[in-house]
Amino acid sequence: MTIDQATVRKIASLARIAISDAEAAAMEGELNGILGWVEQLGEVDVTGVEPMTAVIPNVLRLRDDVIDADPLTGGGRRDDVLANAPAAMHGFFGVPKVIE
Amino acid sequence: MTELTNLTVAQIRDGHRAGDFSAVEVAEAFSANVADAKALNAFIVETPEHALSAAKAADADRAAGTLKPLSGVPIGMKDLFCTHGVQTTAASHMLEGFVPRYESTVSQKLWDAGAGMLGKLNLDQFAMGSSNETSYFGNVISPWKRKDGGNAALAPGGSSGGSSTAIAARLCPAATGTDTGGSIRQPAAFTGISGIKPTYGRCSRWGIVAFASSLDQAGPMARDVRDCAIMLENMAGFDPKDATSLDMAVPNWEAALSSDLKGKTVGIPKEYRLEGIDPDIDAMWDAGIAMLKDAGATVVEISLPHTKYALPAYYIIAPAEASSNLARYDGVRYGLRDLPEGAGLQDMYASTRADGFGAEVKRRIMIGTYVLSAGFYDAYYTQAQKVRTLIARDFEQAFTSCEVILAPTAPSAAFGLGEKMADPLAMYLNDVFAVPASLAGLPAMSVPAALNREGLPLGLQIIGKAFDEQGVLDAGLAIEERAGFTARAEKWW
Repeated sequence: MTIDQATVRKIASLARIAISDAEAAAMEGELNGILGWVEQLGEVDVTGVEPMTAVIPNVLRLRDDVIDADPLTGGGRRDDVLANAPAAMHGFFGVPKVIE
Repeated sequence: MTELTNLTVAQIRDGHRAGDFSAVEVAEAFSANVADAKALNAFIVETPEHALSAAKAADADRAAGTLKPLSGVPIGMKDLFCTHGVQTTAASHMLEGFVPRYESTVSQKLWDAGAGMLGKLNLDQFAMGSSNETSYFGNVISPWKRKDGGNAALAPGGSSGGSSTAIAARLCPAATGTDTGGSIRQPAAFTGISGIKPTYGRCSRWGIVAFASSLDQAGPMARDVRDCAIMLENMAGFDPKDATSLDMAVPNWEAALSSDLKGKTVGIPKEYRLEGIDPDIDAMWDAGIAMLKDAGATVVEISLPHTKYALPAYYIIAPAEASSNLARYDGVRYGLRDLPEGAGLQDMYASTRADGFGAEVKRRIMIGTYVLSAGFYDAYYTQAQKVRTLIARDFEQAFTSCEVILAPTAPSAAFGLGEKMADPLAMYLNDVFAVPASLAGLPAMSVPAALNREGLPLGLQIIGKAFDEQGVLDAGLAIEERAGFTARAEKWW
């Protein structure tokens, strides 16, 4: 299966990456090269094989149902959370105006 | 007195304990080497003050009789680990200027053990690459040169290329690395040092910038096997903040090190004998087999029938997870924001991500987005996850007849910078021997074994059963003792 430039632009849009026409043209070849190569997986007989979900058997834990069980990752750290925001204001993340 | 920067982690620890030198002297000696090695571009940020402050604490602890396991040892930290108050970039423009307000679990453990930080080490952008050529902060240059009279700059391997170069050039005695599909082992092999990727889940992923979460695993890189064991003991351990962290005690790997392999069986995977491979690689592999026999091991041929599908499966699974993980870079919460005049929210996302990600990162996000998109998910992603199950089964089957597996780490010695950048597939193929163990979550290490005809280091890889880092380290030690690898890059920087 090959993808064309329109598909490349669609993927870029889904991935939220702006690309120019020149980039889309270059990526068309690269992505087709890679996808053509991974397509060899289709020849593997996977009848009855479950897709892997966990590489090492492990039990999923539940943490204690308490507030701020871990002080580092609990609540009350607004200023730390906002410290690296490119546009924090009034204790919130700032975003450009959204008009639908 | 021996030059302090030639000492291993164990020698620094023991010499400091014995009072042969102060930790401050060690930190200053390494910081001087770091400052003198700008030409290698191994560090993105240098933190001599962090190393010095840990060294002063180590000297005080010695006086007080409260020494810790890594007191007096300065190390390098791959710039993929979040460090409190010190810029953490993943070598991307996206995170340039990002200063974490928290510390990754692995780095915190190392500081708690008394280690100091010499700086944040360069890497491939978001750990995506095999040559350290995708860093926004420039290529890392290997200290090694071919003995062909030329002066070609060589790749230090990737993604942990700053780590490998810094250790090989004696800028630090050990460093952290992370391995998603070979990013500890391949750079270790390229630069003549050792490195181990432990079992998936041994080291907490909390605070490590995520690439492909089902594969990402931290591990140490150092000059020898003992140092890897010491470092790993101080990096591993259960962390409730990582849902995939193993709730298991950390063994005393260093104390249990033994190169006596009597009664052990080593498997040689026949599918790793690639047609047309560099004869130096095959010769090194054969020499490695002889070394393990000499150490008392029995050697048997094994089969890992799905080996050839590991790399294509990896290049679906890793980009798929990356496309999901890297969705967080949106220009809102941290990192870069690119807001063109009059742009709305969606345009801001697209513009920020176009500006902040390098070409290889975009390529992988695009591949990942495509294979996860409606209509293609089963054909690509589900199929790859099924193949991954088969690859893990291959290893399970093989380990019924052996304890460890011996193979080359990489199909070639270090290549020149720029030689493979034009062809993404040629670059990907460099990880052909490293990726299968990653997909199966198994511990694997690279140890330097020989020089090729160009005078460049080659590494042997040992792959072990899940949780059997000891078996891997022991076989690595047996090779180390017999290979007698003492070559080092001549200083030109």
